Amino acid sequence: MAKPTTDKAKNAAAASGPEYPLTRMAVVAPLVGWLIPGGGHILLKRYGRGILLLVSVVAMFLIGLGMQGRIYKPNGGDILEILGFVGDVGAGALYFLARIMDWGNAMAANASADYGKTFLIVAGLLNFIAAADAHHIALGKKP
Amino acid sequence: MISLSHFSAAVVFALFASVVFGITQRNSAMEQVKYGLYCFAMFVGGVFVAGWVMALIRR
Repeated sequence: MAKPTTDKAKNAAAASGPEYPLTRMAVVAPLVGWLIPGGGHILLKRYGRGILLLVSVVAMFLIGLGMQGRIYKPNGGDILEILGFVGDVGAGALYFLARIMDWGNAMAANASADYGKTFLIVAGLLNFIAAADAHHIALGKKP
Repeated sequence: MISLSHFSAAVVFALFASVVFGITQRNSAMEQVKYGLYCFAMFVGGVFVAGWVMALIRR
């Protein structure tokens, strides 16, 4: 049920604007954070958090590649293939570097390669969460 | 090529995922450390629980 408000209260809320106004940094920080894991936090002077995020995401991605995990390419086929690509591309520059260097192309059919594929996807998904966190910090929602 | 056992892969996975969850899901430094440790314990505890469930099903 909607909370009853007076016209005066509604006008006052509208005049004051949004609680967390969108700033340029709130757009740039998540973009940088997506391209360079932890970069958004470092840009916002959260150096400790940024370095920990960088190490975590990069290490997961490299371990995934080391385990012969597969890198998904853009595709319009099976839903799991599409979601695999969405997860992989979350790693930002690491994904593009892997594509340029032709890494993650081995068609190994063993358990280790399967874990590696999961590591690659999750590294990208964790980087999406980190980029969203940078957005919240830039907005002032989070210290 | 890196070759990890199922368990060691799960622990490495839990470690990095917990670091990111801790940093992104809580505000203060102490809360982040506590939540990261909680996530790590849940991940690794979940591995043991799932392992025992599968072992019991197999019997």
